[in-house]
Amino acid sequence: MHDIATQALNFINLDAVTIAYLFLVGFVGGLVSGFIGSGGAFVLTPAMMSLGVPGLVAVASNMCHKFPKALIGALKRAKYGQVDVKLGIVLGISAEAGVLFGAHLQESIKKAFGEAGSNLYVSLSFVVILAVVGGFVLSDAWRTYRSGTTHEEERVSSLARRVQSINIPGTMVYFKSLDARISVLFTIPLGFATGMLAATIAVGGFIGVPAMIYVMGAPSLMASATELVIAFVMGVGGSLKYALGGLVDIRLAMIILAGSLFGIQLGAIGTTYVKPFMIKVVMGVIMVIVLFSRGLMVPVYLSQLGVIETLSETTTKALKSTSFAIMAFALLTGAFIVLRAMWSGRQAERRAAALEVVQGR
Amino acid sequence: MAQTAAKRKSRLLLKTVFMGALSLALYATLLAEQDLVMQYLGRGGWYAILPIITAFMFSFVHGTFTGNFWTVLGIEAARKRG
Repeated sequence: MHDIATQALNFINLDAVTIAYLFLVGFVGGLVSGFIGSGGAFVLTPAMMSLGVPGLVAVASNMCHKFPKALIGALKRAKYGQVDVKLGIVLGISAEAGVLFGAHLQESIKKAFGEAGSNLYVSLSFVVILAVVGGFVLSDAWRTYRSGTTHEEERVSSLARRVQSINIPGTMVYFKSLDARISVLFTIPLGFATGMLAATIAVGGFIGVPAMIYVMGAPSLMASATELVIAFVMGVGGSLKYALGGLVDIRLAMIILAGSLFGIQLGAIGTTYVKPFMIKVVMGVIMVIVLFSRGLMVPVYLSQLGVIETLSETTTKALKSTSFAIMAFALLTGAFIVLRAMWSGRQAERRAAALEVVQGR
Repeated sequence: MAQTAAKRKSRLLLKTVFMGALSLALYATLLAEQDLVMQYLGRGGWYAILPIITAFMFSFVHGTFTGNFWTVLGIEAARKRG
């Protein structure tokens, strides 16, 4: 409790440059979140820490900007008919339990192995999950692109078809995004895993969205939009938990929100211009780039734990800076793909409208 | 028909300016009174509800403004999905 009180007192001074920096990072994070349903947190938290914000305050403030952002994004995408509120709430509640368990696990690891052990666990989770899931998402998007079927409706994976076909009496619920009934005994562990990942690496959507697509059979657009409902449900609970400890710096949260609400609206609009497989492209690309960023940090933590030879201060510093730069690059790359896809979509729509006018004459 | 569209556009512009001004006022107050704000909103315990209410309030005002902002600039959802 003493630690919490000490950290709570460490609220930073804000100047114009800091405000502009947070606004901008918020905008880019919001743009990506509006498009793929999550993302941004992995850059926002270290970005705040780089300004001298204590780790827990950065996590808490990020969480407190996330839920209002997710709410606005979900409302916007619901207008386009992309949100499955029921699925979002069902997954969101089990994700909340996952967050609590994940936070407890983190705490236990920190107690047993110290700060470096906890950081190593986070980085290794990042590397393993991003390699497996990110690699799969990206290769699936690549296969769709190569097969020339990007215009066709997405096919439900064989795994999802099998999951949908299992009938467990008393547990079956109909979800409109799946247009099928599915047992909550499948949704609960998937929601739990999403929450656990959110508590560990701050981006639950990296598990939640692929799980909805490949395990449950939701279309990419609906999965990424429904993830915003999950983020909202998780975010409210998480923010309240941190606010009870006085850890939320509302100034930071609201400044980031200022930028991210501009971004999330734009990202949501962007989803109406692109082919569904673009969701997988953006998500896969970000996941794979972030994987390298976190991978670079593994030797730093291994050296701090004494598993490998101690790294010099210069090497550690260089690895940390490179890792942060790669993370920022991942987010910017995602934002660039979103904006470019949106631009091309708008151009194509204009051309089609002009052609209609010509043919009408 | 054209008049109705023009009327709708000017009403949207007015709404955007109003919500923008309200959003700006909220942010100006937050930053101008940051010591007082942090004293209460960073206190924890029962005061934990205050940051949550603040976040909802900002998201409603600023969210409405940003949504209208892109519409006023002509950036809207596609008529047909791409």
